[in-house]
Amino acid sequence: MAFEGLADRLQNTIQRIKGKGKVTEQDVKEMTREVRLALLEADVNFKVVKQFINKIKERAVGQEIMESLTPGQQVIKVVKEELTNLMGGEQSKIAVADRPPTVIMMVGLQGAGKTTTTGKLANLLRKKQNRNPLLVAADIYRPAAINQLQTLGKQLNMPVFSLGTEVSPVEIANQAIEQAKAEHHDYVIIDTAGRLHVDSDLMEELTQIKENVKPDEIFLVVDAMTGQDAVNVAESFNEQLDITGVVLTKLDGDTRGGAALSIKAVTDTPIKFAGMGEKLTDLEAFHPERMASRILGMGDVLSLIEKA
Amino acid sequence: SKTRGSFSSKINDLVARYRKVDEDFFEDLEEILISADVGVTTVMDLIDELKMEVKRRNIKDSNDVKEVISEKLVDIYYGEDDETIEDLNIHHDGLNIVLFVGVNGVGKTTTIGKLAHRLKNEGKKVVLAAGDTFRAGAIEQLEVWGERVGVEVIKHSEGSDPAAVIFDGIQAAKSRGADVLLCDTAGRLQNKVNLMNELSKVKRVIEREVPGAPHEVLLVLDATTGQNAMSQAKTFSESTNVTGIVLSKLDGTAKGGIVLAIRNELDIPVKFVGLGEKVDDLQQFDPNAFVYGLFADMLEE
Ligand SMILES: Nc1nc2c(ncn2[C@@H]2O[C@H](COP(=O)(O)OP(=O)(O)OP(=O)(O)O)[C@@H](O)[C@H]2O)c(=O)[nH]1
Ligand SMILES: Nc1nc2c(ncn2[C@@H]2O[C@H](COP(=O)(O)OP(=O)(O)OP(=O)(O)O)[C@@H](O)[C@H]2O)c(=O)[nH]1
Ligand SMILES: [Mg+2]
Ligand SMILES: [Mg+2]
Repeated sequence: MAFEGLADRLQNTIQRIKGKGKVTEQDVKEMTREVRLALLEADVNFKVVKQFINKIKERAVGQEIMESLTPGQQVIKVVKEELTNLMGGEQSKIAVADRPPTVIMMVGLQGAGKTTTTGKLANLLRKKQNRNPLLVAADIYRPAAINQLQTLGKQLNMPVFSLGTEVSPVEIANQAIEQAKAEHHDYVIIDTAGRLHVDSDLMEELTQIKENVKPDEIFLVVDAMTGQDAVNVAESFNEQLDITGVVLTKLDGDTRGGAALSIKAVTDTPIKFAGMGEKLTDLEAFHPERMASRILGMGDVLSLIEKA
Repeated sequence: SKTRGSFSSKINDLVARYRKVDEDFFEDLEEILISADVGVTTVMDLIDELKMEVKRRNIKDSNDVKEVISEKLVDIYYGEDDETIEDLNIHHDGLNIVLFVGVNGVGKTTTIGKLAHRLKNEGKKVVLAAGDTFRAGAIEQLEVWGERVGVEVIKHSEGSDPAAVIFDGIQAAKSRGADVLLCDTAGRLQNKVNLMNELSKVKRVIEREVPGAPHEVLLVLDATTGQNAMSQAKTFSESTNVTGIVLSKLDGTAKGGIVLAIRNELDIPVKFVGLGEKVDDLQQFDPNAFVYGLFADMLEE
């Protein structure tokens, strides 16, 4: 059954080895089999799963007994610790440029949530840090993309810089920085068009913008529902742009969000924020530990450990 | 049928590249299918069945194993049906209504633009209804598509009741003597109960106004989506009785393999695939090309 939690999956195996003094290699093999399934069902990339399982095996085989935990509990503990480690600590800080404005560039596949997140970030910067951002409409391709950002600007009562759809995104970005300086905006957030990581022309356009405006942050916006392809996407964007952080969107859904782990594994950049809804207030700091539980389907790890 | 036949022969060609069908082969097959998002349960069931079949029939020759593989894959997609499952259920007389549903950002509005273009080229009179009254710029986006394709867009202002827009869309389509009304709706995640109820309400309005409508309820799935697409298909089907899938964004590197499992478990066929952002980037679904695509990487080696 798809979407069965790791906790449920491990239940049987745990029952069997309950009370054993030592975790044998065979025990670990059986358990890691279940962990592998749980991770794959959560959309963690299969290559990442492989590496991860090997690490777990190393740590779990023949480990000494802790008084308070059964072998089964220990394996779960190891898995969760490793997963949390892999995803890094909480890092929701946004860079500050030595000389304002600080420039943030939003990039990603079509429909990932860049434009919405642009609005959310602006809102967060103003509310939490009392900043005064300028939003930049650099998507000249998607029908009504500028209109969408302007509507968000209106909702936030914040200015949106636009030169229409006839000027190149590179030029739009350049002029936006000039305007931000002139009007003393301390942040500039550039909303770019969605594009495929394999579209070399459009990827080159991003490189051009980057070289021109020298952004302090490049956020890759990724849909939390993304499947196995997340590694390819994240790898390409990172190789071509050196992203500085990831925003995971649509985490208010019921996806396990294993893409988070894949992206972290291949880019080694922090996941900084999580999109939790369509409203402009629905952006949160990313919590690695919660994400680890979610990927494993371990909403209730503690009760599992008690049961084991 | 013809499609079925050519489908099996394609797969045979493919498997023929592997001289030996051993554990390595099955491991490769498993990885290829999992990395295409087919889903681990479906893949493991398939591979177990294959291995069992090989044992049962005491197959030694790898060529015979290949045949079994193609049979199984064909079965997963086609089941009892024939190839007509890909056709759109559009009648020649009277107004046809197509309702578009799906989670946020998958490509609903864009697909409506592309499908309007396609239907118009087939000589049909098409009207669009801007049923997404929620997302910033959604109405304007559909209007741009309407202009691009040259079809009328019925709209209300942002924030108004989507069911009311669709109602007006139906009246307008009737009075203009349109052949097809394509209804856009706001993206919504399937675990939002209120939003799913809102969608059921929209569908009820359509049912009430035109007997036999909606003729199609198309769920748009983003090919980049992983296993969550199954949950999307289940929940949207429960609230709107989905009749077909549009698999968008297949022009990227994602394979959208989850539609195999969806077809297998929920019996919902894929009708169209989206291959880009331009008006003619919509194609009727071709299972041969699709399954071939799943294995493309295996072939390149
Ligand atoms: N539920 C939910 N919806 C979101 C979230 N973030 C964005 N969305 C929705 O996802 C859809 C796409 O968002 P956009 O901001 O337009 O995405 P984009 O990346 O700018 O899209 P393109 O410019 O077309 O590439 C919209 O319907 C948004 O309302 C989120 O965190 N949760
Ligand atoms: N590459 C590619 N992009 C696509 C395809 N279909 C849609 N898109 C892009 O995906 C993004 C989202 O498309 P929309 O049509 O706005 O999606 P939607 O489902 O209506 O989104 P919401 O109304 O916000 O839920 C846009 O940038 C589209 O241009 C496709 O087949 N291939
Ligand atoms: Mg956008
Ligand atoms: Mg839309």
